[in-house]
Amino acid sequence: MKTDKNTIDKTEKKSGGKPVSYKKDLIFIGIFLAVGLILAAVVFLGKKAGNSVTVSVSGKEVISFSLDEDLEYMIEGKDGGKNLLIIKDGKAWIEEANCRDGLCINMGKIDSVGQSGICLPNEVVVSIGSDEVTDEGPDVVVY
Amino acid sequence: MKTSKFTKYGLLIALALIMSYIEAQIPVFFAIPGIKLGLTNVVVLFALYAMDFKSAFIINIFRIILVGFMFGNGVSILFSLAGGFLSLLVMVLLKKFTDLKIITVSVAGGIAHNIGQIIVAMLMLQTNSIAWYLLVLWFTGIAAGVLVGIIGGEVVKRVRWEDQN
Ligand SMILES: [Zn+2]
Repeated sequence: MKTDKNTIDKTEKKSGGKPVSYKKDLIFIGIFLAVGLILAAVVFLGKKAGNSVTVSVSGKEVISFSLDEDLEYMIEGKDGGKNLLIIKDGKAWIEEANCRDGLCINMGKIDSVGQSGICLPNEVVVSIGSDEVTDEGPDVVVY
Repeated sequence: MKTSKFTKYGLLIALALIMSYIEAQIPVFFAIPGIKLGLTNVVVLFALYAMDFKSAFIINIFRIILVGFMFGNGVSILFSLAGGFLSLLVMVLLKKFTDLKIITVSVAGGIAHNIGQIIVAMLMLQTNSIAWYLLVLWFTGIAAGVLVGIIGGEVVKRVRWEDQN
């Protein structure tokens, strides 16, 4: 322990000359953490229950549903990609997908405005909003 | 002299490949597929401090391309490029213009790494509903930066690679 500290002191004094001060570093790290906390505050305080689920494929909005209505919908992603979207009990999630990584399935259930589920291989984004629902037609609902 | 430098490059790139492989085995539950924590930054950080900016830059390019072809795809190369170079840029500027310690530089690099990746994800998916990812990646960036900074700092201190001039 003691020797370790001595070597560190020596090397740092050698290169610096002045005594080592961590003040600026602490300020910087403090700023990073503060920004993170502000970000967290924005996300959590701004968190409000969404009422719509919007599906986008390759950046284009395809369809949106009400979050209040339980349904299953097969999303047609890029290059024959398929993601099964489930809306149940006010939450939405991707139940099944034919993408390589399957990460979209593990993303969990979402229900707050701004939350999203993403499948990058299929270029599918499912996001929660508070927008109006553009389509509720039963013809698109696959049970 | 030249050979020695190339040997170092080869060694560090090989090390970066191994670390990328290890990192690829860590599943990140929240992750947008393809986004990495940036632990491989240890090698870049080391190159930046023990060698120079040019070396760090070259190693960064080679590791991203090689890792991309070995374990990734076009998308993950894009993520790595954006993350890797934003991170390197931030670290170079902080190292050059401030007297911050290596760990602080590394933390800033870690955050920049994740911000770079998230910008690509935003552009690619044309979505801005990424606030949650930004939050998570901000803090994981700090955590990864601390880890990388500690490891990198120790290695720089112990391995004396004086540049042959
Ligand atoms: Zn997927």
